Amino acid sequence: MELLERFAAGDLEAFEALFRQHEKEVYRWIVRIVRDTGAGEDLTVETFWRTYRARERFDPAAGNFRAWARRIATNAALDYLRHARKETELSEDYPAAPKGDSAVRSELRGHLRRAFLELPAKYRLVATLALIEDEPYDQIAEAAGISVALVKVRVFRAVRMLRKKLSFFGLEAAAK
Amino acid sequence: MSNKWNDPQHDDERELRSLLKREFPPLQNAQQQRDLWPQMLRRLDAQPLRVPWFDWLLAAAVAVALFFFPNAIPALLYQL
Repeated sequence: MELLERFAAGDLEAFEALFRQHEKEVYRWIVRIVRDTGAGEDLTVETFWRTYRARERFDPAAGNFRAWARRIATNAALDYLRHARKETELSEDYPAAPKGDSAVRSELRGHLRRAFLELPAKYRLVATLALIEDEPYDQIAEAAGISVALVKVRVFRAVRMLRKKLSFFGLEAAAK
Repeated sequence: MSNKWNDPQHDDERELRSLLKREFPPLQNAQQQRDLWPQMLRRLDAQPLRVPWFDWLLAAAVAVALFFFPNAIPALLYQL
């Protein structure tokens, strides 16, 4: 019996083999979204726990465990973004301003960071992957379970929200 | 499909993208620090559904209250 079929049948050894094969990739994907290595580890475990729990719904014939796990990981990361407290997000690992940063630039960085972290989770997800991580739209769409068109719309809206927040602080000119 | 921003109409987005990358450096090579399988096993061994003791206490209190005050049942159903 193939590994995926054994996994779908509830074989723990098969599950461990799949876990070992995919954990690093799942972890990297999650960390790129939530940008917290500690949470990334917990969410990796959460992702595989969800895959194991949903194993009966997995179709071994279709065979794409990687895409399936990535979809589940994206949902787990999205749940985290929805529930993570802002106090945690604005954590103490706030990077120091590079040398030579002007006061305005430094203020812009602070406002930009805050504005980004305050984006609604579904916009932050696609904005992080598209604008920061340069992930292709079709990959984002597949992972998030939405259409490419909707990814584009969400990126567009995220950019607009960020612009609006920065202009609210009177910093749009500095951002350009 | 690529999301490269070569179109001039995306100048603003390109600028913002550059600022965001500076503030949130890409993390494409993050490496986990420990073996997660033991944590996975603990998660699998955990009870799938745990009802906190407080919930049991609350349910018992409601049941007792309804036993002694059955007239409250319609009011409770209305609230549900």
